[in-house]
Amino acid sequence: MLEGIMAGLATVFSFKMILIVIGGCLIGTFIGMLPGLGPMSIIAIMIPVAITLGDPSAALILLSGVYYGAIFGGSTSSILINAPGVAGTVATSFDGYPMARAGQAGKALTIAAIASFCGGTIGALLLMGFAPALVEVALLFHSAEYFALMVLGLSAIAAFAGSGQVGKALIMTVLGLMLATIGESSLFSAPRFTMGIMDLQSGIGFITLAMAMFALPEALLLILDLSRSKSADEQSSEISNLRISKEEAKTIAPVIGRQSIQGFLVGVLPGAGATIASFLGYAVERNLSTPEEQKQFGKGSIKGLAAPEAANNAACTGSFVPLLTLGIPGSGTTAILLGALVALNVTPGPRLMVDQPEVFWGVIMSMYIGNFVLLILNLPLIPYIAKLLTVPRNYLIPFVLFFTLMGVYIGQNNATELMILIGLGVLATAFRITGYPLAPLLIGFILGPMLENNFSRSVQLYDGFGFLYERPLTMVLLVLAFLLVALPSLKRAISARKQKAQTLVE
Amino acid sequence: MTLERWLALIFLIFCLVYGYAAHFVMDDALPVFAKFSPVWPSSFPKAISVIGIVLGFMQLVFWSGKHKGEELDFNHLGQYQWKSALSIVALMIAYALLLRFLGFVAATILFISLSAFVLGERNFKVLIPISALTSFGIWYLVDQVLGIFLRPWPAFIYGGA
Repeated sequence: MLEGIMAGLATVFSFKMILIVIGGCLIGTFIGMLPGLGPMSIIAIMIPVAITLGDPSAALILLSGVYYGAIFGGSTSSILINAPGVAGTVATSFDGYPMARAGQAGKALTIAAIASFCGGTIGALLLMGFAPALVEVALLFHSAEYFALMVLGLSAIAAFAGSGQVGKALIMTVLGLMLATIGESSLFSAPRFTMGIMDLQSGIGFITLAMAMFALPEALLLILDLSRSKSADEQSSEISNLRISKEEAKTIAPVIGRQSIQGFLVGVLPGAGATIASFLGYAVERNLSTPEEQKQFGKGSIKGLAAPEAANNAACTGSFVPLLTLGIPGSGTTAILLGALVALNVTPGPRLMVDQPEVFWGVIMSMYIGNFVLLILNLPLIPYIAKLLTVPRNYLIPFVLFFTLMGVYIGQNNATELMILIGLGVLATAFRITGYPLAPLLIGFILGPMLENNFSRSVQLYDGFGFLYERPLTMVLLVLAFLLVALPSLKRAISARKQKAQTLVE
Repeated sequence: MTLERWLALIFLIFCLVYGYAAHFVMDDALPVFAKFSPVWPSSFPKAISVIGIVLGFMQLVFWSGKHKGEELDFNHLGQYQWKSALSIVALMIAYALLLRFLGFVAATILFISLSAFVLGERNFKVLIPISALTSFGIWYLVDQVLGIFLRPWPAFIYGGA
């Protein structure tokens, strides 16, 4: 392995390669900030550039730099304007945006940058040590387990929605699952719930729904309620405050540590990736913290911000494991990377480490450099990025709306998608006003197709529902999912009964 | 009935329509060979429609009213800017409909300046140059630099819509 590391270092430490890493990270960060362009589309755009470089390791290093940059840029727009352009950063906006609203935008961006850096670096360390072993574990997960894992993820999100909110969160999750079934089914390509409208054939886009759930209601509420917007000078004094106090560092350090490892492990599973890692990370950290801290979640908790950021970057690194060692792309993004590699005459797979060690180790080494570059590039830029919030209300709202609409329109050139966005956005505003949580809807929508596909595949493999009880791992995951939803209300019922008994005794 | 309950009712009706489509309509279009499969395109929707109906009913009848939203003060609905919010929504719809016809640049300039106008901006010397610069800049970045097609000019320049 030491030989490999040396070969990787030799590949990466040349002037050209370092320039490529820096360039990739910069491009990724800036384009990633535009809502609507996620890592997948940015990498797709960059492929021609990468191929003209000619050298496979240089190409892969450029593209992975773009990948990290895009994920980081996506969290910036989640934190500042509540417009997550990437599924992996939806969880970031849960606590990042409230922090920005409370005048802590600079601090939120700093925490995000540091958590991303740690997640990415720890992920790269784990990748070096465990890549071959992890592949074997990942292969143990069959579609039945994936199905159960996603049910677990969904019920975790609903269960952690807060007291009295579980029912509403479940409703929103189911609504998200329903919206996900609109369009052509992956089974037999049958059109479902399209009502004969051609534009619905391809389903509702993820970006459309993300914008409709987060960015639009926020902008509409800002318009409705004048007291929500702060005056400009009130904010500029607060943004400059980037410092994280020692106590805060102490609170988030264990969170980052745990979530880097957990995120990496989730990222290794093909199909799971950064999105599930970030949601799961958020839910787990929420459950682990004390009741006082739990109340902070969703209102600007630093733990709730650090957890998904560390997890999604670690998962991005983790998703390289199946790609590099098995040649199986675990996510859409790595599938595009695989396409680029094949075009460059490199076949990822078990032989890659033996045949072209400089590619394999070069990529891993570039991960360290990429993460480091991201950190030193972004920390000084944060005050300027956060200045965005001092734009006066009359300008900020039209621009947020414009970026929301544009993000949905570019790449599709489809006005129907815009109408869907506006309709769902108005509905989402009503939901938000009445206290229905919107995040479970989006999560249900993202996980819906994966959930259904794995469900269908398991039913086909077992010719029925046998997989539910014949596979112990599936069963354990499903029982856990049920307990997560049922336990809090059971607990409450028991404590209520106890209280009643006590009052009777007295 | 509170808005919260109304939304629960709308959700329940949506689930019933969705469930009807999944249980009774969708399978008619299924090709014969597909009917031998143990799982159909309608299986998953059937399952979640049942879950949805149960949840919607529970929310409507038992769970509502336990937890209030904190976003708006329902006792003082008059103090909110309903008029501007509605005009902005109307502007967005107009933007969506006119985007093709007017082209990206013109439609965007109009959208940004008009929505700022609705919100109370009256300084046109600053507003119009800024919106023009943004719309052209974004078009240049997306179309010319990134290579994603966006039609910049009105439809008649291309000879028909």
